Amino acid sequence: MQCASMSFTRVNLGGNIGIPLAVSEQAIIEETSEVERMSFALPEAPLLTIAPTRGWVGLNLKDVWAHRELLYFLTWRDIKIRYKQTALGALWAIIQPLFPMLIFTLFFGRLAKMPSDGIPYSVFAYAGLLPWTYFASAVNNSANSIVGSSNLITKVYFPRMIIPAAAVLAALVDFAIAFLLLAVLMVYHHVAVTASVFLLLPLIAMLTVLSLGIGLLFSGWTVKYRDIRFALPFLVQVWMFATPVIYPASLVPQQWRWVLALNPVTGIVEGFRAALFGRPLPWDFLAYSGLFTLVILVYAAYSFRRLERIFADLI
Amino acid sequence: MRPILQVEGLSKQYQIGSHEAAYFTLRETLMQMFKPRTRAEAKHIWALRNVSFTAQPGDVIGVIGKNGAGKSTLLKILSRITEPTTGRIDLYGRVGSLLEVGTGFHPELSGRENILLNGAILGMRRAEILRKFDEIVAFAEVEKFIDTPVKRYSSGMYLRLAFAVAAFLESEILLVDEVLAVGDAGFQKKCLGKMRDVSASGRTVLFVSHNMAAIEGLCNRCLFISEGILSGDGKPHELVTRYLAAEAAPENAQRDLGEHPGRRGGLKSIMSRVSLRSQSGNPASAIRMGEGISIQVDFDSPNAEIRPSMDFCIKNNYGVPIFTASSRVQKQYRFEAPLHKGSIVCHLADLPLLNGVYSIDLFFGEDYQNTDLIYDAISFEVIEADVFDCGQVPPANSGTIFWPAQFEMLATDVEKVNAARYSD
Repeated sequence: MQCASMSFTRVNLGGNIGIPLAVSEQAIIEETSEVERMSFALPEAPLLTIAPTRGWVGLNLKDVWAHRELLYFLTWRDIKIRYKQTALGALWAIIQPLFPMLIFTLFFGRLAKMPSDGIPYSVFAYAGLLPWTYFASAVNNSANSIVGSSNLITKVYFPRMIIPAAAVLAALVDFAIAFLLLAVLMVYHHVAVTASVFLLLPLIAMLTVLSLGIGLLFSGWTVKYRDIRFALPFLVQVWMFATPVIYPASLVPQQWRWVLALNPVTGIVEGFRAALFGRPLPWDFLAYSGLFTLVILVYAAYSFRRLERIFADLI
Repeated sequence: MRPILQVEGLSKQYQIGSHEAAYFTLRETLMQMFKPRTRAEAKHIWALRNVSFTAQPGDVIGVIGKNGAGKSTLLKILSRITEPTTGRIDLYGRVGSLLEVGTGFHPELSGRENILLNGAILGMRRAEILRKFDEIVAFAEVEKFIDTPVKRYSSGMYLRLAFAVAAFLESEILLVDEVLAVGDAGFQKKCLGKMRDVSASGRTVLFVSHNMAAIEGLCNRCLFISEGILSGDGKPHELVTRYLAAEAAPENAQRDLGEHPGRRGGLKSIMSRVSLRSQSGNPASAIRMGEGISIQVDFDSPNAEIRPSMDFCIKNNYGVPIFTASSRVQKQYRFEAPLHKGSIVCHLADLPLLNGVYSIDLFFGEDYQNTDLIYDAISFEVIEADVFDCGQVPPANSGTIFWPAQFEMLATDVEKVNAARYSD
C-alpha cells in the first residue's frame, strides 16, 4: 500500500528559498548587506517603557518634536488633496471669504449702510472675513481631524496632537492664498499701508495658536461625543456674529463692549484690521486674547493628552 | 544574551455591554448622570491577561491564536497604539509596526508622494526615505508609475508599494500583523523573504499570522495566545500542532447520519454517525497537509444481521473524486462476522492532499450491494503546511495532490558538471 508507507523526504534547499525569481534580487541583496553592517548594541536602559497611565499626564513634547516631519507631511497632504479634482482648485481658498464679502457688502454695506471705520465696506468686510474664515475652518477641520484619521490612529503610533495641528496649518495656507485678494482690493481702493502692517505676523501667529487650542480641545471631545461634529459648525456660525467681523466694534454701545471683549477673537480681528489700515491697536482686547490663547492652549493640550489614550479603543 | 523586549504581566481590559457602540453621545452621558448607577450594565472583557515573555535580538516570534484571542491587542500595545490596563513593557530598541500594509496611503497622491507620506507616518526621517527611495521603488517594481496617483494602481502594485516602504524601516523590533492575508503568492513570498533578511541582521520580528506554514517556516519561536492568556511559548512546530488541534473545531468532527440530507432516497438508514480523528487520535475536522485522518462510521441494523463493507470517497471542493478507499477491493479487510451493530474505521495515513476543503461520500453495503449511501456526509479541511521543509507551501492550484519527487540531472557534458561540482 503505497499511500500508507509514503513518507516525506525533508529536502533542505538552504536558507535562500522563498525569494521569488521575479523580485529584483539586486535590491534585496543590497539591502541585506547594508542591514548586516548595521550592528546595533543593546542600550543599558530601556529606550522606552510602556505602562498604564492614569489621569493627567505630561505633554511629551519631546516626542512631538521627534515627529515634526510628520506634521509637515500631514499638512502637505491636507493641502495637496483638498482641491484635487476640483475645476477651480486653489481659487476656492479665495472664494470662501469672497462670496460672503460680496453678500455682506450688498446687504450691510449698500442697503443697511453699515459704518466701516472710514474704509470702503468691501475692504473692511473682507479684512474681517479673512482671519475669521481662517479661524473657522481651522477649528472645524481640526475638531474633525482625529475622527477622520481613524485609520491612522488604530494602525500606527505617533503623538496624536500632530493631526489637529496639521489641520490648522493646512488652513493657514488657504489663508495665505486668500490674503492675495486682500492686497488686490486694498490697491484697488487706494487704502494706504503703514509700518504697522508688520504687526499682522504676531496677530496671525496668535490666531493660529488660538485655533490650535480650540481645535485640540474639540478634536478630543469629538472622539467621545460625536454630537460635536454637528454642533460645532453651528456654534462657529453664531460665534461669527458675536465677533466684529462684518461690523466694527465701535458699533456696539460702550456699556456692552465688555461682552464683545470676552470673545478672544474680537481683539485679534479688530487688531488685524487696525494693523492693516494703520489705526491704533486695541491693546486691551489683545492682552485678553493673548492670555486666553495661552490658557486655552495649555488646558487643551493636557486635556487632549488625557483623552488620547482611549482614542484607539473608542474610535 | 540580554533581551531586546521584556513584557511583564501585561493585561488589557475592554469595556463592552452598555457602551458597546464604542462611542457615546452627549445625550447618553447626560441621561447617565440622572440614572442610578447600575454597575452590572457595563461588561468588561479581558483581551489580554497577565502575559509575560521576553525576546532576544534575532528572534522571529510567531504569534498564533484564534480570532479574538488577543494577538492583535498585544501588537497594538507593543506599538503604543493603545495602552495596557496593567503590566509593563521594556523596549531596548525602536519599534516599527506594520499592522496594515498601506496605512495612511492616500489614493489621490502619486506613488512618489505616498512613499514620502507613508515613510513619515511609519516614523522614518525624510532624509532616510529619500536615501532609500530608489530601492523602495525598485523593490515595489513600480518605476513606470511612480508619478501616477495610486488610485490608478492595480491592487498588486498598491500592495507591493505599501509593503516596500515598511520593509525598509530600520527599527530593531518589527511588528507584523497578517500582511500575508492579502496579495498574491508572489507578494507573499516577497514578504517572507524580506522578514528573513530582517531577522538575519539581528533584528527581532513579532509576526501574527493565520498562515501556519509561514509561522513554521519563518519563526524560531512561537507564542500561542488563547482567550487572552499566553498558553504556550516554545517551538513553532509543537505550538502550531496544538493550535490546530484546538482550532479544528471538534464539534464539526462528527455528524449524526440519522436524518442526513445527502442520503440517497429509498435506502435503509443503517449508518448512524460519522466522526473524524486526526492522527493523534483527537476529534478533528482539520488536518495539516501530509497528515493522516481516520473516519469512523457507526452502523446500526436492528432487523437484520449484516456483513458490512464500505467505500469512502474523498472529493475536493469542486466535487471531483480524488480517490476511494474501499474495503471491498482490499481482500484482507473482509469483515465476515454478521453483526447488528458496530463501527468501521478507515485510517488514511499521510494524505498527499493540497490545502482545501474535502468532503466524504459514504457507501455502506454488503458485498457489492449498497444498502445505505450518503453523499457529502461530512467534510474536513486540509491546512497548508511546509511539507517539503523549504519555507514554501506547494501552490494550491498546482494539481490535485502534492507528491514528493526525486530529481536527477543527466548531463551529456560531463566535464562542465564536474567543474561545477568541484568549484564549490
